[in-house]
Amino acid sequence: MRFESLLDSVGHTPLIGLPRLSPSADVRLWAKMEDRNPTGSIKDRAALRMIEQAEADGLLRPGCTILEPTSGNTGISLAMAARLKGYRLVVVMPENTSIERRQLLHMYGASIHFSPAAGGSNEAVRVAKNMAAEHPDWVMLYQYGNPANSLAHYETTGPEILADLPTITHFVAGLGTTGTLMGTGRFLREHVPGVEIIAAEPRYGEVVYGLRNIDEGFIPELYDESVLTTRYSVAARDAVRRTRELLDLEGIFAGISTGGILHAALGTAAKAHKEGRKADIAFIVCDGGWKYLSTGAYEGTLDDAEDALDGELWA
Amino acid sequence: MAIEVRIPTILRTYTDGAKLVEGSGATLAEVLADLETRYTGIHERIVDEAGLRRFVNVYLNDEDVRFLDGINTAVADGDVVTVLPAVAGG
Repeated sequence: MRFESLLDSVGHTPLIGLPRLSPSADVRLWAKMEDRNPTGSIKDRAALRMIEQAEADGLLRPGCTILEPTSGNTGISLAMAARLKGYRLVVVMPENTSIERRQLLHMYGASIHFSPAAGGSNEAVRVAKNMAAEHPDWVMLYQYGNPANSLAHYETTGPEILADLPTITHFVAGLGTTGTLMGTGRFLREHVPGVEIIAAEPRYGEVVYGLRNIDEGFIPELYDESVLTTRYSVAARDAVRRTRELLDLEGIFAGISTGGILHAALGTAAKAHKEGRKADIAFIVCDGGWKYLSTGAYEGTLDDAEDALDGELWA
Repeated sequence: MAIEVRIPTILRTYTDGAKLVEGSGATLAEVLADLETRYTGIHERIVDEAGLRRFVNVYLNDEDVRFLDGINTAVADGDVVTVLPAVAGG
């Protein structure tokens, strides 16, 4: 496939069958390989769509500074696009994120402002909102509430999956900003009667939930519960176990959040198999494992990996 | 019936620091009412008049109870209930 530039090549990712992890010929799992995007994650879709919308709306002009709270992948995607389009980027990132994410952000020329580990991304959002108030000339794209985030998936991820898998019965993805699930989920619901939309949410170590008050919790503005069929919380141990199985059985080297999504997808597959239903289950491979090698998730026992990830924002 | 309930850090002031407590009841609402008899004040941190508080997520064996029957979700011996504050991803 030929494209005019790197930005033009976002999306168009393959959908790959998993013959060994699928329970039977009637219940099949399909991996949407979002690690094949330009910076190696699904966030390229949302980042580019949000920037192009802000340009179309006249908010972003050459030389502008973009500000964004992100645990990593969105920041890396924005940094690449900002570099090519001539914007400055400031990301607010929790300090408990992997070293590789920082290295990539620095290489693309982004400035990183670290927020405290306790509170995780909630804290990054809070800090970024304060910085936005102090710098009214900066443009915060705000992935948690920007409709262009979910639109990217409504316009591209959803149609690509449906074109490759017209018999789809279930879609499983990670729940972070909720953009992937809201956009792809809405598109599929409009085109596939009875399709089930399943969220896999990472369950982090305790420090990440270190809020001062339970009413300080955070729900992304994009989130609409009615799009989902159900939602699972996946612990780091299960995510790591599935990440390793995906490599062992199907040869796919994915990031840890993908293991969490696969865990929910396998549960869905087992249920359909038990009930004797046919199912074609598509799930998202969010990124490759490269950015997480330093976390220790890919070596040693599951206990070692679980300990290493405690307190880390692994998804 | 013994239901294991995992308590988040932020609510352990009500459980003398315990991460795990046991409750009994046939539904989530009954289990939470049972907890209140021993851990005074915890109930209203999780539930309000409308049901689950907005920024509280409760999972029954890892599935969000909002997609089951909310606080009226049936529970059974050996089930694990996890209470967590809502946090951002991304």
